[in-house]
Amino acid sequence: MLLYLIRRVLYALPIALAVSFVCFLLVHIAPGDPISSIVPPDAPPEVVEQVRVEYGLDKPIIVQFGIWLLHILGGDFGKSLMTGRSVAQELSSAVGNTVILGLTAAIPAFTIACVLGALAAWWRDGWIDRIVGSVSIAAVSTPHYWLGIVLVITFSVFMQWLPAMGAPPGAASEWRFEWDHIRFLVLPAITLAIIPIGIVTRSVRGIVGDILNQDFIVTLGAKGLHNRTIVLHVIKNAAPTTLTVLGLQFGHLIGGSIMVETVFAWPGTGFLLNNAIFQRDIPLLQGTVLILSIFFVTLNLAVDLLQTLLDPRIRRHPGQ
Amino acid sequence: MVAPAEIPPLVQVRDLHVSFRTGDRIIRAVNGVDFDLVPRETLCILGESGSGKSVLLRSLMRLNPPRRTTVSGSLQVCGLDVEHASDNELSDLRGGAVSMIFQEPLTAFDPVFTIGRQISETIVRHDRVSWSEASRRALDLLELVQIPSAKQRLSMYPGELSGGLRQRAMIAMALSCRPQLLLADEPTTALDATVQIQVLVLLRRLQQELGMAMIFVTHDIGVATEIADRVAVMYAGRFVEEGPIGAFVAAPMHPYATGLLAATVNAAARDIRLKAIPGAPPDPSRLPPGCAFEPRCEFAIDACKTGVPELRNLASGRSIRCIRVGAAP
Repeated sequence: MLLYLIRRVLYALPIALAVSFVCFLLVHIAPGDPISSIVPPDAPPEVVEQVRVEYGLDKPIIVQFGIWLLHILGGDFGKSLMTGRSVAQELSSAVGNTVILGLTAAIPAFTIACVLGALAAWWRDGWIDRIVGSVSIAAVSTPHYWLGIVLVITFSVFMQWLPAMGAPPGAASEWRFEWDHIRFLVLPAITLAIIPIGIVTRSVRGIVGDILNQDFIVTLGAKGLHNRTIVLHVIKNAAPTTLTVLGLQFGHLIGGSIMVETVFAWPGTGFLLNNAIFQRDIPLLQGTVLILSIFFVTLNLAVDLLQTLLDPRIRRHPGQ
Repeated sequence: MVAPAEIPPLVQVRDLHVSFRTGDRIIRAVNGVDFDLVPRETLCILGESGSGKSVLLRSLMRLNPPRRTTVSGSLQVCGLDVEHASDNELSDLRGGAVSMIFQEPLTAFDPVFTIGRQISETIVRHDRVSWSEASRRALDLLELVQIPSAKQRLSMYPGELSGGLRQRAMIAMALSCRPQLLLADEPTTALDATVQIQVLVLLRRLQQELGMAMIFVTHDIGVATEIADRVAVMYAGRFVEEGPIGAFVAAPMHPYATGLLAATVNAAARDIRLKAIPGAPPDPSRLPPGCAFEPRCEFAIDACKTGVPELRNLASGRSIRCIRVGAAP
């Protein structure tokens, strides 16, 4: 088991390396020479050449990547062109904000969705199933930015119950579970949660429905077990697959937060990424994309490992 | 081993009809079955796929999908009116006085719980003992069904056992609360031939030692002769012939039963071309108005097409659903 764990972590490393290489290449893929954003357009060629050598841009690309990677591993992501602050500094507060928003959206959304999906499967083709089915399709089909704007118009402009945008002072670094802080989260979290609720509900309905159709469910009934015991069996069977869906959906949710954070001006990684793109702030863009990608790689790894732990069929014979 | 007639029957089935709704069709799986079973007796229900034998067996525990199933007739099992019993009464019966073993033990066990846990939970459910006591009894049960190194098997998952051991574990689970009646739904069909006979011998021995009655569903006449006291041949949801196994095998009377035996491989039939019954069983959503076997029967006359024949009791303790048997050929 430990060996399997180590092997899975080692498998993840080349992926992380490849991802960081792509991030590094962003500078070269982006239109225009990076030099041109540092030196004035009318600078003499000698000066351009001198700057090029100074920044190491004359070296082969793979060497440049090596140097860049060493800096990254040392926690040096460079400086933001926009603010002049270090990218690492910008990122640390933004990551905190995104995690707070992501979890606030995901925990209730996933809980609601799992319960709804399971209920729909248990009473398949009944009225609960029909209602849950239509609600989840509506949820999946709702665009983030539209829902965000509608919520803002309703609850901020007309009702004036909740702030339209922004974050509490200090945000993540001074986060407190008080209404003054939480009220900023309500609308973006709801907006962010809607699509995953729809998708997870439908997936859980499918997963649980498949399990309820299996022969062993009849056996459990034939043993005279109470429904609560049968539910326990269903949960343990559904857990590994459901977990995979939740992991993937959490990734999607964080991806979706780029749009939602922009609509609500929530100072997370999505907001940062959006600004970096529009300001052509390459170092900031690089750092943010890299952190997000590493997050996805780690998330997938964590889901895989957790699934292995939950499913005895894989746990006993990992890697088969 | 037929018990004296004064013993009240363990199972009493009268004019049982079971049908399923699928889309706009109605599948008539069981169409008027009557039988009694006394304690310690083994009844074998013989029939081909789709004859309604598994549905009949499952309706004895009300295991058919409740929303799609329509049942009429009366069903008494171990003193309980199964069709009108409350959910609680029914679940006390299931796994307690009556238990069932299934055709495919791989899919009939929950794949993510250990064998020991799945046996123990039945014991905890019905006998309200502690988990450690239940686990000790589960070990005894695995030894009873002759599973080697039983202690280690308790902590194994169903996928880690061979087919034969899985079916033994399934039998152990079914026996865990000392049932009076064991329902077996083709328990040897999914097993290798050599393992089949071991499991049959085991089942017969346990049935005698524990004094259970058994209803055994199979399409294999060889299996039936191995285990049954009485046999009932099922066709299109009806018993067409019923009687003691010895007399039946020696001289089947219903044309369908005769056909079945003629199509069975045995030692005497070496080098002889087996005689198949022409045609196929009727569509259970469109049964013929008369005898269901009439379209395939070489002895059919016009009278066979009008009205389903009664199941007639013959003096020899056998009964038959055919107007031609005993009549002039």
